[in-house]
Amino acid sequence: MSPELSQKLTAAVDGMPAFPKSVQKILELTRDVNCSPKDLVQVIDKDPVVTVKVLRVVNSAYYSLPKQITSINHAVVYLGFNTIKNLALSIAAIGMLPANNEAGFDAQQYLLHSLSTAGIAKKLALQLDDIDPMDCFIAGLLHDFGKVVFAQFMPKEFKKALQISQSNNSSLHLALREVVGTDHAVVGAMLVEKWRFPADLVDTIRHQYSPELNDTPMVACVFAANQISKKLGFGFGGNPYIEGLTPTIANRLGGTLDEVIASLGNLEPLFEEAKIFSKV
Amino acid sequence: MKIRFWGVRGSIASPGPKTVRYGGNTTCIEIRTDNNELIIIDAGTGIFPLSQTLLAEMPVTANVLITHSHWDHIQGLPFFIPNFIPGNTLRLHGAFDPVSGKGVEQVMSVQLQYSYFPVREAEMKARIEYITLAPEQSIQIGSATVTPFLMNHPVIDFGYRIEAHGKSVFFTGDHEPPQNIYEPGEEGYAEYQTFVDEKADDIHRAMKGVDVLIADCSYTEQEYPAKKGWGHGTFHTSIQYAKEAGAKVLFCTHHEPMRSDDALDAVFQQVLEDNPSKTGDPEYRLAREGDTFEF
Repeated sequence: MSPELSQKLTAAVDGMPAFPKSVQKILELTRDVNCSPKDLVQVIDKDPVVTVKVLRVVNSAYYSLPKQITSINHAVVYLGFNTIKNLALSIAAIGMLPANNEAGFDAQQYLLHSLSTAGIAKKLALQLDDIDPMDCFIAGLLHDFGKVVFAQFMPKEFKKALQISQSNNSSLHLALREVVGTDHAVVGAMLVEKWRFPADLVDTIRHQYSPELNDTPMVACVFAANQISKKLGFGFGGNPYIEGLTPTIANRLGGTLDEVIASLGNLEPLFEEAKIFSKV
Repeated sequence: MKIRFWGVRGSIASPGPKTVRYGGNTTCIEIRTDNNELIIIDAGTGIFPLSQTLLAEMPVTANVLITHSHWDHIQGLPFFIPNFIPGNTLRLHGAFDPVSGKGVEQVMSVQLQYSYFPVREAEMKARIEYITLAPEQSIQIGSATVTPFLMNHPVIDFGYRIEAHGKSVFFTGDHEPPQNIYEPGEEGYAEYQTFVDEKADDIHRAMKGVDVLIADCSYTEQEYPAKKGWGHGTFHTSIQYAKEAGAKVLFCTHHEPMRSDDALDAVFQQVLEDNPSKTGDPEYRLAREGDTFEF
């Protein structure tokens, strides 16, 4: 990726608005001086844009943390609730992500896909021992963050890539590489790396199409959750192509994609919850 | 090391017959190292009388540490008299504000706006330097090592540990010990508690072994439930900190503006009765404007 493009996309995120439901909820909750911290955290951590912006601040060089922070709850303890509340409020003040963008990218379906991937990744992580479920939730929530940035700031190119992917039933990241010269995994990883997010989160986003390059429990959970979300049609992130589990991931999760889906039990409540949040 | 309290009142300056004994000025603490280096923590209204005493020792290099940007901790800054006299230096230290995206310079620039103060910064004759600090990154001020620690208040608040010549003092600024926002049994409780516990450990480490602890004791335990989340501690929480730190002396400060001298004495008497002193316990004192403590 050219330094110019990297700079442009990084700067663009500053002015990027959040999703309508969270903007609405943040404005509503913060009108009350006794706003419940718990309620606000539950709004922030379901919006990829607000989550990214809050974690970006807390991990910034101004605080030079010994260990990076991946959870909104942790950010609240670290910087104090009122600071997080006012950060959220300043993000909400930017406006709302429009339902219709020039790229023809459905932001609501994207959010639904991100939320369901997050929820499933967390559920999968609970079945493993050596991985923090909340870290997997955040990684799932942010794995496609690059797409929403493209849709906002390079709508024409993104639209073209969406069309190519749709017409060939091919993976969107390949179409993006063809049209833009880079894909959302590279851009997403570049952004969160710049904002000093933890290395395992950066790598999980970066290697979401090449999981064999990064054999970790987090990659396994997020990769599988992404495919499961697509297969079950829980929202739509613009990529119709479903990949099977690699042997190492199947090994970590104990089966093929269908066997893993069966092992998860009823996912309907998880999907319903995501739906409520993504609805305008 | 010498500590002198120039302002011990919380929230708003509260002069008058009912506060004449403990004082009505807002937070300002003067610290002198054994080399007589000047460190001032917070620039509440108490910095104005302090600044008048400095005219006798010019040129002055004043190292001011701001715990946080609320008015009662910065309001005296424009009236810091050495600023108007050439040859003096003011070094202002404090935190980065993530909401405004600005460093410590904003506590001055906000107050020197033309509608609020007649003199612009460019017109001030002293040299004014701004040093934005990062948590747990120590800096050296002469013989003193100063380390800021993130505390818990509605804005970013630094507690400062100051160590020089084997002596040490810690001031919390305004601080409420963080608590779990979830109820036991709720999803998220256990995870949140690990963060709260980590934070508590960081704070204990910050205060560990200090000679003198100066702490936000705004409320009594009875008053606290109605003020939860406001970002202030109680006598009880500060006594707990002092004991755990093994401090020799605890100075209770940030007195409530509505609390008269008599009421403060009565409240403190009760606190002492509730916390009978055992061997090895810290000595508990009320911070009082004008008092000096040398050790």
